[in-house]
Amino acid sequence: MRNLVPILTVLAAIVGIWWLAVAPMNIRPALDIAERGGAVVVPEGSVERRNVSAFKLMLDNRAYVAVGYDLKRPRLPTPAQVGEEFWKTTGAMVAKGRAWSKRSLIYHAWVTLQSTLWGFFLGTTVGILGAVAIVYSRVMDRSVMPWAIISQTVPIVALAPMIIVVSNQVGIEGRGVPKAIISAYLCFFPVLVSMVKGLRSPTEQQLDLLKTYSASGLQSFFKLRLPASVPYLFTALKIGIAAALVGTIVGELPTGAISGLGARILIGDQFGTPLAIWSALICAAILAGVLVSAIDIMQRVTLRKMGFVS
Amino acid sequence: MDKNNKTIREVESGVSSVISAKNLSLTFQTNDGPVHALKDVDLEINKGDFVSFIGPSGCGKTTFLRCMADLEQPTAGKITVNGVSPAEARKARAYGYVFQHAGLYPWRTIGGNIRLPLEIMGKDKAEQDKSVKEVLELVHLEGFEKKYPWQLSGGMQQRASIARALAFHADILLMDEPFGALDEIVRDHLNEQLLELWARTNKTIGFVTHSIPEAVYLSTKIVVMSPRPGRIHDVIESTLPRERPLDIRDSPEFIEIAHRVRDGLRAGHGDD
Repeated sequence: MRNLVPILTVLAAIVGIWWLAVAPMNIRPALDIAERGGAVVVPEGSVERRNVSAFKLMLDNRAYVAVGYDLKRPRLPTPAQVGEEFWKTTGAMVAKGRAWSKRSLIYHAWVTLQSTLWGFFLGTTVGILGAVAIVYSRVMDRSVMPWAIISQTVPIVALAPMIIVVSNQVGIEGRGVPKAIISAYLCFFPVLVSMVKGLRSPTEQQLDLLKTYSASGLQSFFKLRLPASVPYLFTALKIGIAAALVGTIVGELPTGAISGLGARILIGDQFGTPLAIWSALICAAILAGVLVSAIDIMQRVTLRKMGFVS
Repeated sequence: MDKNNKTIREVESGVSSVISAKNLSLTFQTNDGPVHALKDVDLEINKGDFVSFIGPSGCGKTTFLRCMADLEQPTAGKITVNGVSPAEARKARAYGYVFQHAGLYPWRTIGGNIRLPLEIMGKDKAEQDKSVKEVLELVHLEGFEKKYPWQLSGGMQQRASIARALAFHADILLMDEPFGALDEIVRDHLNEQLLELWARTNKTIGFVTHSIPEAVYLSTKIVVMSPRPGRIHDVIESTLPRERPLDIRDSPEFIEIAHRVRDGLRAGHGDD
């Protein structure tokens, strides 16, 4: 828990910067509203103001800066507004017993979480099996590894609609499976790279030792390579779960999905409701934090049990 | 015919050859051309011998030991271990090998590390427990079975790695600079314990070292090697008794053998 103080300090700094940034970001719509309400604004007319910098507008119209902190459709909502919206779409919904309503972020987070976990499971499995194949086969090492690297240079946003179309074509109903595939596509790579490194981490001497026992290939895999790779695996899983979440959200963006945090972000953008975008973002960040922390705890417990010094 | 003669000789002298090398050569092909790690090496090691290999870096002492263990393949000549090829001897688990670094698995306790070869060899649980207990006693690590490697000092870790090599009761123990990374006092202590262990178990030991006093103190036979190409310069049969307290190192006999080893090393090293 000694990590808590620095983490909270950084969080406070971010919220502080955010809060300060609201003033210049919202000054133009704030002045428009003030002017419409009969206030005298320098210079007059929003067209006139277009070429004046936000900071000069703030200096010349100090009295109306505060209006920017209470807009219905702000360019940048304040932390308090986002907090309020977030509460309205989560805690308040639960209090009303409507946690699974389509307006509740808990429902959308759950949809995203399911795809993320499936994608994570699929990606991790592919990554580990791929790593084993690469470590044990020179042919696989030469042929698969370069393609794995190239696969990560293809923009996932471009690939996502194709995956949806193809899975529709082969008769897969719904968005769950294609989303999991997109998520796995981002997730397998860190696992693959780390596991290759982990499975190759035993020294020449450790491998020679097993040879002197005339151990079989399976024995050296299960008694040496696999346990030696565990610390590498957990580091990769932490990156992998975050990548899987990003993959799922990206998978929800260009595909016409209506549920999931990615869909909320897209819909918020289309309907001009920045508050909805921001609270979905906060929700995604919290989800990522929870997932990574869960793996972090698993890592600590497992490594301690295995006797690795942490 | 030849084989029969040898057997008769063995019976007559009461000793049998455990490791035998004839015209053994090993050449590594590198980008800078061939490197003759070993060239025409002949050596007989008898049962119960404690043989040290000493020489400067690149003299092939480790390579020679690795050939015995089937970890390197000689390019010419013949080597047998227990009368068979090193590969067969390895598959029969004829030797235990101790490396320079203890190389204990960090995720296994000391007991678990010693159990490793026994698990691989498919021994049952009761037999494993018995062997672990036995060898922990041999290396004076009773009570450390449940500790993890990082909880032990370097010297203790190396003792645990020796216990691991002893666990499956091979008659031959091959040791590649096992105490090279340890400080002088720990080293003296471990040397003493190794002699005691050798006396109790009557194993045949091959021991690679850089240290003249260590070689003289431990060995019944000292093989002095020289580099480029790696070959045997001199084989010194020790005249010291098998029972050796540490202060034997001050005796004139000890100093004389040490001199001979030093002269051998210098002569073999004369070209540079």
